[in-house]
Amino acid sequence: MRKSIILKILENDRGGKIVLGTLFIVVALVAILNLAVPADSIFHVSTFTVTLLGKYLAFALLALALDLVWGYLGVLSLGHGAFFALGGYAMGMYLMRQIGDRGVYGNPDLPDFMVFMNLKEIPWFWYGFDNPLFMFLMVMLVPGILAFIFGWLAFKSRVTGVYLSIITQALTYALMLAFFRNDMGFGGNNGLTDFKDILGFDLSLDSTRIALLIISYFALLGGYLIARFIMNSRLGRVVMSIRDQESRVRFIGYKVEQYKLFIFIVSAVLAAIAGALYVPQVGIINPGVFSPLFSIELVIWVAVGGRGTLYGAIIGAIIVNFASSYFTSALPEVWLYALGGLFVLVTLFLPQGVVGLVIKIKDKLNSRKEVA
Amino acid sequence: MKIFKIILLNLLILSIAFGETLQEDANKLLTKSFKTKEKVIVDLTSKYSQDEKLEFLFQKLLVGDLLYTKKNKVIVYLKDKKENNYLTTDIFSGEDLEPSSKYDFSKIKINNKLRSIIKSSLAKINLFSKNEDTRLKSAKNLLTNLDIKNEELINQVLEKETSSKVKEVLDEASTVLIAKYKDGEDKKEAIKKLGSFLSPKSLEVLKEISSNSEDIELVKLANTSIASIESSKSFYSFLETAFFGLSMGSVLLLAAIGLAVTFGVMKVINMAHGELIMIGAYTTYALQQIMPNLIEYSIIIAIPAAFIVSGLVGILIERLVIRHLYGRPLETLLATFGISLVLQQIVRTVFSPLNQEVKTPQWMSGAWEINSALSLTYNRLYIVIFSIIVFLFVLYILNKTSLGLKVRAVSQNREIARAMGIKASWIDAITFGLGSGIAGVAGVALSQLTNVGPNLGQAYIVDSFMVVVFGGVGNLWGTLIAAFTLGEFNKFLEPYAGAVLAKVIILVFIILFIQKRPRGLFPQKGRDAQD
Repeated sequence: MRKSIILKILENDRGGKIVLGTLFIVVALVAILNLAVPADSIFHVSTFTVTLLGKYLAFALLALALDLVWGYLGVLSLGHGAFFALGGYAMGMYLMRQIGDRGVYGNPDLPDFMVFMNLKEIPWFWYGFDNPLFMFLMVMLVPGILAFIFGWLAFKSRVTGVYLSIITQALTYALMLAFFRNDMGFGGNNGLTDFKDILGFDLSLDSTRIALLIISYFALLGGYLIARFIMNSRLGRVVMSIRDQESRVRFIGYKVEQYKLFIFIVSAVLAAIAGALYVPQVGIINPGVFSPLFSIELVIWVAVGGRGTLYGAIIGAIIVNFASSYFTSALPEVWLYALGGLFVLVTLFLPQGVVGLVIKIKDKLNSRKEVA
Repeated sequence: MKIFKIILLNLLILSIAFGETLQEDANKLLTKSFKTKEKVIVDLTSKYSQDEKLEFLFQKLLVGDLLYTKKNKVIVYLKDKKENNYLTTDIFSGEDLEPSSKYDFSKIKINNKLRSIIKSSLAKINLFSKNEDTRLKSAKNLLTNLDIKNEELINQVLEKETSSKVKEVLDEASTVLIAKYKDGEDKKEAIKKLGSFLSPKSLEVLKEISSNSEDIELVKLANTSIASIESSKSFYSFLETAFFGLSMGSVLLLAAIGLAVTFGVMKVINMAHGELIMIGAYTTYALQQIMPNLIEYSIIIAIPAAFIVSGLVGILIERLVIRHLYGRPLETLLATFGISLVLQQIVRTVFSPLNQEVKTPQWMSGAWEINSALSLTYNRLYIVIFSIIVFLFVLYILNKTSLGLKVRAVSQNREIARAMGIKASWIDAITFGLGSGIAGVAGVALSQLTNVGPNLGQAYIVDSFMVVVFGGVGNLWGTLIAAFTLGEFNKFLEPYAGAVLAKVIILVFIILFIQKRPRGLFPQKGRDAQD
């Protein structure tokens, strides 16, 4: 029997199969326990948990995108939050237009914050955002084009290493400052919020939430398959050689810039899709997502999970965010200590992250078995 | 009825002349008629202008705190009130009265006309004050509320005045009066002369003459003078912007210079650098809390203290974490970012998450007024000087001392440096401590400019990195030039783009600049530049 494409891509990828399989089971279980089990049963899963899980999956996709450039290309981007946020803003603008006249001011043509700011007409860059297809296009195009311009400039002039990291940080910082401005037309520091429905479905309904969760899962799966497919291909081999010995690859005759640019754009688009999925589930997008802090934090997710292993990024994103949700509600003062400590400990003792640790332990067990 | 009033009024005016002391004369203020009050005030001013009590009385009258007891008509001023009880003091004897119900007192009421008379009276009184600042202030006051009635007074004071600053203001006042009210050559001369003054008053009078006068020659003269004022004004505002840029540049320099050591020399991306600045600022705050009587000196004491505290924290960070990460700059970035989060939370736990107020010593507040179009605040002026001193200090240490020689040796070739007998790991710790200590010193300076809070460090970290990268890593002079360039750039952009957009433009500019010169303004040369 011919294997399906999915299984072909996942061949020899036990970790990926386990992580994605487990996630599939969890998502399915949560969906069933939320919809089919009555609310008073102990097996019922609250909508809050559904949303939380959906958020984790969006973050996992973002981490996956970063792992692609950091783990495989060796480019540590400290500004990936920018692409995530841009995707989120594109989705947010669409959702804003869906509110129609149900806003506080009841203005069918203008979102609330524009009425509040005394704008008479909708700014030109909001045109078309009432169309979902246009929105989907923009979610990918805007961050993609930004990644293209930025990457083209940076890679062509061979900005590498630390310098590249610092200018990616400058990029997201500049965007954050710009989006915080009220007259940018993106709602200033309040961002976009108060969404009502998406594609005609009410966002407050459990079924919509479950649908979004499932879509997030399949987006993550799709992102994973694309990334894995790229890395399994010949192109992937070149990319990894660039990471390890850039000058040699260039010397052999490869156009290193083009490879870097391609991976950078793919990663930016994946991050943007993650942002677009994040917004309807969380219900808000604001300039805080552009902050360098967020982008660095997401580097840590990848580091904790284990960079250079795609499923590791997923694990890291889920572990850190789960810990974050737990600590910030249970022990808010401890959270920064815990996160800070985690940064230090992971870089010092777990350079390969959780995945590296598991592999190490397994190797040890195996070698013991062989001795025995 | 009217006649009766006039008689009464005249009687009162007559009676003023017979008063003997300030107290007796001042008692005539207890009339309901505003007209009488006006006469009394004018009279008091001419009679008692040297008496300090009069000034005090006028000030209280002006703010409406001057009362008199209904019972024995004693003039008092309101010191404090608790609910309906007034705590008052006799304005002449200075004795506190028993607290008493507010219904026992009446207020000496004034109207707007009286208010302006009192103000000009106060100005006159102050013109004879012994204190130069008071004289200057009142001369300026006189200039803004200029009246032809003051002419004699001005000339009188001009004769006696010794301070050149006060003289200049009065000279301008007198010139304005001549330009406005005199005729002929004098007027022309005065209009010409007004072109060299800078206060808004001269401009206002010149514009008035230019638009109202029918004499074409006068209009011409006035317009030349206006043009001259405006060109020197725009020159001074250029100077002022340049100074703001300089002060912003010096802040950037202070924030970045420690980073130039840890990042530039050691290749460690220290994301906790901002928090080391924050620790310096909190050291200043803590010192002021411990020694509330020494606010004037606290900043001076804080400089070495902050250097030591931040330096020790830096050494601790180096020994515990960074030591294990040399040669892996991206990993130092992650680990030090974790440290920065922990340091922030420690500060929140110890000092509260709110911003703390660091007091400014007297000698750092106020402004140096060069002329009426240009004044520079002392705190910024000192910070410019201070940042240059710190810069020279670091330059000296790295280039002229044996420690600096060893630091450079280790950073250039660790193995050979060790072979020459340099304790590389010890040098690492000291270098990192030096960079951190300087961050602390920057924190002392910043505590005078911004809020001291747990987020202080974050506000400067991105900027500091931009400065170091823009200037060229490992080059202190590059850091200096980059800091001042960016500061000036920012301040000159601000009027056109607004503060936030100016910053965005600068960031984009740096991003583009890095494409052209990936190693900054002054790249390192030779083998060292390869990594």
